Amino acid sequence: MSSNSLKVALVGNPNTGKTSVFNALTGLRQKVGNYPGITVEKKTGRCSLNESTTADIIDLPGTYSLNTTSLDESVVVEILLNKKNTDHPEVIVVVAEVENLKRNLLLFTQIKDLKIPTLLVINMADRMAKKGIEIDVETLEKELNTKVILISTRSELGIDELKTQLVNHQELNTDTCTDITAIDQVYFEQLKSIFSSFDPYKLWLLITQDVNFMPIEKNPPLQKEDLTSTKTKAELKKLQHKETVLRYKFINAAISKAYIKNRLKADGWEGHLDRVLTNKFLGFIIFGAILLTIFQVIFDFSSIPMDAIDELFAGLAQVVQNSLPAGVFADLLSDGLIAGIGGVVIFIPQIAFLSFFIALLEESGYMSRVVFMVDRLMRPFGLSGKSIVPLMTGTACAIPAVMATRNIENWKDRLITILVVPFTTCSARLPVYLIIISLVIPNERFLGLGLQPLVLTLLYFLGFAMALLAAAVLNGVLKIPKTDFFMVEMPPLRRPQFKNVGITVYEKTKSFLTEAGRLILALSVIIWFLGSNGIGKDFKNAEQIVTSKVEASKMNWTKEAVEQEISNYKLEHSFIGYMGKAIEPMVKPMGLDWKIGIALITSFAAREVFVGTLATIYSVDEEDQQTIREKMDSERTSSGLKRFNLASGIAILLFYAFAMQCMSTLAIVKKETNSWKWPMLQFGAMTLIAYICAVGSYQLIIPYI
Amino acid sequence: MKKLSQLKVGERATIASFEEDAVPVKLLELGCLPGNQIVLHSIAPLKDPICVELEGSQIAIRRETAVRIFVETV
Ligand SMILES: Nc1nc2c(ncn2[C@@H]2O[C@H](COP(=O)(O)OP(=O)(O)O)[C@@H](O)[C@H]2O)c(=O)[nH]1
Ligand SMILES: [Mg+2]
Repeated sequence: MSSNSLKVALVGNPNTGKTSVFNALTGLRQKVGNYPGITVEKKTGRCSLNESTTADIIDLPGTYSLNTTSLDESVVVEILLNKKNTDHPEVIVVVAEVENLKRNLLLFTQIKDLKIPTLLVINMADRMAKKGIEIDVETLEKELNTKVILISTRSELGIDELKTQLVNHQELNTDTCTDITAIDQVYFEQLKSIFSSFDPYKLWLLITQDVNFMPIEKNPPLQKEDLTSTKTKAELKKLQHKETVLRYKFINAAISKAYIKNRLKADGWEGHLDRVLTNKFLGFIIFGAILLTIFQVIFDFSSIPMDAIDELFAGLAQVVQNSLPAGVFADLLSDGLIAGIGGVVIFIPQIAFLSFFIALLEESGYMSRVVFMVDRLMRPFGLSGKSIVPLMTGTACAIPAVMATRNIENWKDRLITILVVPFTTCSARLPVYLIIISLVIPNERFLGLGLQPLVLTLLYFLGFAMALLAAAVLNGVLKIPKTDFFMVEMPPLRRPQFKNVGITVYEKTKSFLTEAGRLILALSVIIWFLGSNGIGKDFKNAEQIVTSKVEASKMNWTKEAVEQEISNYKLEHSFIGYMGKAIEPMVKPMGLDWKIGIALITSFAAREVFVGTLATIYSVDEEDQQTIREKMDSERTSSGLKRFNLASGIAILLFYAFAMQCMSTLAIVKKETNSWKWPMLQFGAMTLIAYICAVGSYQLIIPYI
Repeated sequence: MKKLSQLKVGERATIASFEEDAVPVKLLELGCLPGNQIVLHSIAPLKDPICVELEGSQIAIRRETAVRIFVETV
């Protein structure tokens, strides 16, 4: 950070357009990360104000006031109160909005009382005419004792003036709006006599910080006990009530002189649309239709770029294989690294599409309508309406679903949602389900419905039900303090700004690639290594052994068949092969042998690898689904039973339904929860549940076969 | 005097009082203060939560909160 870079913080209520202002100022020069140690998203960016001055802008989480009730809000207070914090701003820009100005000003008066140079930006000026709002900026400046700028990020009005004003930040004063001591003079006298060097309002914020919320560790400069001892929590809350009344008195006086709202203006198309969207009957139908469309688009449209990516990387691997001398290095490059990178890049279309739609729903204000509609449904499971979108998203892929939980402010709700999302049936399970179902479920009709599709549908429901059940259990088990209060603002419906949507898609994709991507790549290289290396004669001499066997058999083998036999033999004697054999005793109770054991292990890289691995094991071409099926069907157990019978088939289905077999998901969970503890717990618990269900079902069914 | 939850959709009322511990500071700060106007804007399809209009903005709260806020209809 250069020395003449001005530190500016954007603060404001949610939905006032902070992020839009941030985008307008910084463009793509932004960095998205986390605040150290916690999982609140942190957005910073750089903006050149004029030729000689730049500003480092931070987009703080939306907050209604400095009286914190959530982790997001306490981050804001921490940064604004703690002068030593690296993000502590030199100038604060409070972003307000024309329609809710009065409410926005509550936060403004609190910020102003911190005595940090502050200027007020009133956004969405483009809506004033339509809403019949008039603002007398000059009077408002005088009343609030600050610089006021009317802007619109939509029509790019006022952005330049904001930059100029930031350059001239020395002109801003640090006078307060209200005198906090007025709410209880005796109490504040008392405080002053003990902590004479402290500013009364900052002291008040410190004292009341945990009245409504348990903040994370804050290195309090003073002992909390000394401070709160004279007042109970209830008394403090009453004082906060008084503070709010005091502030509104000040605001009302200012507003009455400078703000006119012509109440007669009708609410227009937004109001009508809103009523339809949350209508008793239409509401859910529309929501269902939107979800269906999104999934359809994700499935259909992403398969095109995904196939292209697949081919591109396969081709690349081929080129490397052909142009390098055969050997370990070429294999590492083509089968390890390139395939690994391909395995990361392949997720991009799904993530990009999904974050596009979510950003669109978010930007338009529809998301909060959905939360409003389904809240009642989610409550029995200890969740709120805000968890619905990630859970639905999980049906496509758990990775973007985990990323979508960022919209849940409540940490406990968010954590539970992250932990249960992988139970929902993601698209990677589909190939496994399809092949097993076609093997073990008779192609018959039941009550007029095809039995096979019925089982598939059942599996989808099972995944969702398990997610909800797990949520209910976790809700009882996890001891995380939670303010059990539900409140969602329903912002007016708006036409989305595509610039904002675009930036969100870009940021989400980038953060997936740079953060989870590395881990996924590392893990896939490890799995490749274990599958293509081994010790002992059998592995090293695989080619000779197989060739001599072929010759001894005196049959006419094709060249491909020999090659497949060799890779089969190699896999069997690789590290993973030995691991498969090692876990055989464990998979036996679910009716499986070491071959499927290997597939279970490689599936950990990604579930869809299951079919490919079985293809290698049974020495058939992966493209040839029909042959794999036949091979699997002809496998027999030692007692002559089909290897894939109803009992073991159900066991596999249940195992894949519940087990955490996706390292990419684990990587993203690690990133979003900022610790290995949660993904490990998730992995252990899910695999255990899967194992118990699989073994249980096998043992239950097998006597009847 | 009525409970906020007993208002009809579209009905306007003045906030009279509330049980102190039922209403979080956050709601106060959004304008849920005695003497202020409140309108029941809409009710969710499953009857809960409800959406009220306060100081021009719409806020959804659960019924369990709304039954502890008392209003005076005009
Ligand atoms: N009409 C209008 N809408 C805006 C303007 N600025 C932002 N918005 C919209 O307001 C909504 C919230 O914006 P966002 O930047 O996400 O707000 P934040 O929650 O404060 O970060 C989005 O739908 C934006 O498209 C503006 O100047 N005019
Ligand atoms: Mg934002």
